[in-house]
Amino acid sequence: MRRALLLLSAALAGLSLCLGVSSSAAAQDAYGIHGTLDDQQDQPVEGVSITVSDASGAEIATVTTAADGTWAVPLDAEGDYVVTLDESTLPEGLVVRNCKPQLEVNVTGDRTALFPLDTQVDGCTPGESPGGGETPSSSEDESGEPGEESSESEDAAADDAAADEVGEIEGEGGATRAISLLVSGLHFGLMIALAAVGLSMVFGTTGLTNFAHGDLVTFGGVMALLFNVTFGLPVWIAAIAAVVLGAAFGWAQDWGLWSPLRRRGTGLVSMMIISIGVALLIRFATLFFVGGERQRYTEYVGQPPWDFGWLVISPKEVVTGLIALAVCVAVGLALVFTRLGKATRAVADNPSLAASTGIDVNKVVRLVWTIGGALAAMSGVFLSISDGVKFDMGQHLLLLVFAAVVLGGLGTAFGAFVGAMLIGVFVQMSTLVVAPELKYVGALAVLIIIMLTRPQGILGRRERIG
Amino acid sequence: MDWQFVFSQALTQAIGPTMLVYALGAIGLNLQFGYTGLLNFGQAAFAAMGAYGLALSVVAMGLPFWWGIVIGLLAACVMALLLGIPTLRLRADYLAIVTIAAAEIVRRIARATVWSDTTGGSDGMRGFSEPFFEMIPWDRDTTWSFLFVSMDNGRLAVDFGIFELQYSYRDTWVMIVGWTLVAVILVVMAFLIHSPWGRVLKGIREDEEAVRSLGKNVFAYKMQALVLGGIIGAIAGFVFALSRANVQPDAFTTDFTFYFYVVLILGGAARIFGPVLGAALFWFLYNILAQGLIQAISADVIPPSVIDSTQVGPLVFFLLGLGMVLLLIFRPQGLIGNRKELMFDVR
Repeated sequence: MRRALLLLSAALAGLSLCLGVSSSAAAQDAYGIHGTLDDQQDQPVEGVSITVSDASGAEIATVTTAADGTWAVPLDAEGDYVVTLDESTLPEGLVVRNCKPQLEVNVTGDRTALFPLDTQVDGCTPGESPGGGETPSSSEDESGEPGEESSESEDAAADDAAADEVGEIEGEGGATRAISLLVSGLHFGLMIALAAVGLSMVFGTTGLTNFAHGDLVTFGGVMALLFNVTFGLPVWIAAIAAVVLGAAFGWAQDWGLWSPLRRRGTGLVSMMIISIGVALLIRFATLFFVGGERQRYTEYVGQPPWDFGWLVISPKEVVTGLIALAVCVAVGLALVFTRLGKATRAVADNPSLAASTGIDVNKVVRLVWTIGGALAAMSGVFLSISDGVKFDMGQHLLLLVFAAVVLGGLGTAFGAFVGAMLIGVFVQMSTLVVAPELKYVGALAVLIIIMLTRPQGILGRRERIG
Repeated sequence: MDWQFVFSQALTQAIGPTMLVYALGAIGLNLQFGYTGLLNFGQAAFAAMGAYGLALSVVAMGLPFWWGIVIGLLAACVMALLLGIPTLRLRADYLAIVTIAAAEIVRRIARATVWSDTTGGSDGMRGFSEPFFEMIPWDRDTTWSFLFVSMDNGRLAVDFGIFELQYSYRDTWVMIVGWTLVAVILVVMAFLIHSPWGRVLKGIREDEEAVRSLGKNVFAYKMQALVLGGIIGAIAGFVFALSRANVQPDAFTTDFTFYFYVVLILGGAARIFGPVLGAALFWFLYNILAQGLIQAISADVIPPSVIDSTQVGPLVFFLLGLGMVLLLIFRPQGLIGNRKELMFDVR
């Protein structure tokens, strides 16, 4: 049975869903197909005609979407139906992203049929024979209901760092696709690296595995959204503001929470669980203020890509990638050559010994938190420029960041960078062989295999693991 | 604004089927984290193993219900072994990272469209719970009453005068089975913990090296705790799947695991009754906050400009997250825990 459609329970049920409070909300006695047509900005699309016909092709009803984008066709009986969206009635510039304007629906109740709309197609050729073949996973991307944490979670912020670009050339030569994936993997790797350096250094200096680090990434994306969309500033100013606020947030977290906890002698296990609580706090505060929809900045959304023939890449990817690389190099140089950088590495190596040589350990830790917060925020802004902001983007990135940090060696800044690049490239390149929706699984499997074979990571030293 | 209704609802939920899921999951976690000091951040995956093991074997393979239970338990064992072998020799935080990653792998595989013909993808599966509900020993039209407890057409109602608890036909059965399971598991746990085996577990939590120097095979003990806790997690998964009559991959996010931790710490880790108390309190608080806010909004006590009904969920979870942080900072032993028992550290 085709699973292009999601059985969505009521919008609010989404949240309680993950806690299991909602029983099956869909009424099983009424038959019908309904849906809501949104564009990529989650704005409703009006006046699109949608036809429902039965399995033999006989038309049952044709409806047009209402002002709020909704449409519904009541049916008399269960069975297979075909829902067709008339693409010629779509507003200028919008297409069905997965090139499947025709869906086969097995109706056993009131089902939802959704068409992901976007300005460009994703991994398919428009006009391809509709309804055929497996429905690509991306059909779920835009279909989640606002606030429904569960159904859209696959659409992780980091998920398709360059999926749009890659999608366009899919179907051409494998080598071209491999190059594109490699480049998008490097870009993605740099984004992971920005987050990973902070996580790894916090671990190195304090021993804390910070499960809230992913939400520092979200924080950056959201702050830029605030400055860009609410205050109407250009994206580059918003980005700078977000990074500064990210640094302030990191500083404040250490000042207000972690530093007092360390002084109290709270155990690392307790601190780890506290960090989970902090992660929940940030995530649900974001959900409260921003809402569950993916939101985009006002600029660089439908940027026309550069086409080199062998590589299609949008300018925003190049710019953000280069800035990220420059920042990573700068951090690396600072760690090696500046006094504070050397002090940081000394604390990461052995806090007691560093303290006995006159290094102010708490000052170094505060600095690490500040820099870590700034880098994570930068990663969040850059990812959001590509994919938009969503409240759980950081949560999904976090596991890849862990994979990167463990691969490189917990507690080492350079290891984190190397690990991040490897994980980024691996995640993107793995889509050559596995389904795109399973690319994270591969990365996480790598994490477990490394634990099994070389727990100290690539650049870590054996004694660290105890 | 009907406070009596809100309170009745919250109280109904506080001993209802979902609370039992949290209680069972946290009991498993209590054995792993509370007694042995293992940081299992993938309890949701063990629950998923149970739920999906049952659903897949009944729906996809057409096996009988009890085989589904056996397969679910075996799946949880296998997963515990797979996770434990590489990580139990390493530091505690490594187990945390690996289990959290494994839980995410399980969830993503379960929702993958590649195998959606079998697993149902993100829609999940249904149609495996009928044999369970056919076991209900009373009929749908049973009606009786005894003091303040009454059954009306199969529905159970407990009337305390000021407030009334009501459970549907199926929920009543889930609760009877669930509470029986909780009671049996707690008795077994109490025996285990007070046996020499349990003392070794506590020893490992306090000082692994000391236990090792006594000639105990620390790795084997940790593995046994992980497997046992995972099996209890799978039982939580059964109750979860059966009480909702479906399984959905996105129910088993890492958040699910974190709520097990909230429950455990709220009640008091390393205490036999901690998880049950914690689950009841957690679920009562969640429901009274969520229901109260929704009622307050619909009754215009809180104007919609301040917060609308779609924001209630996030707000409640925000408050619960805040509560968890404050609890860990100011009262890490929870309701009935012993502070001295929870001072252990990684390593």
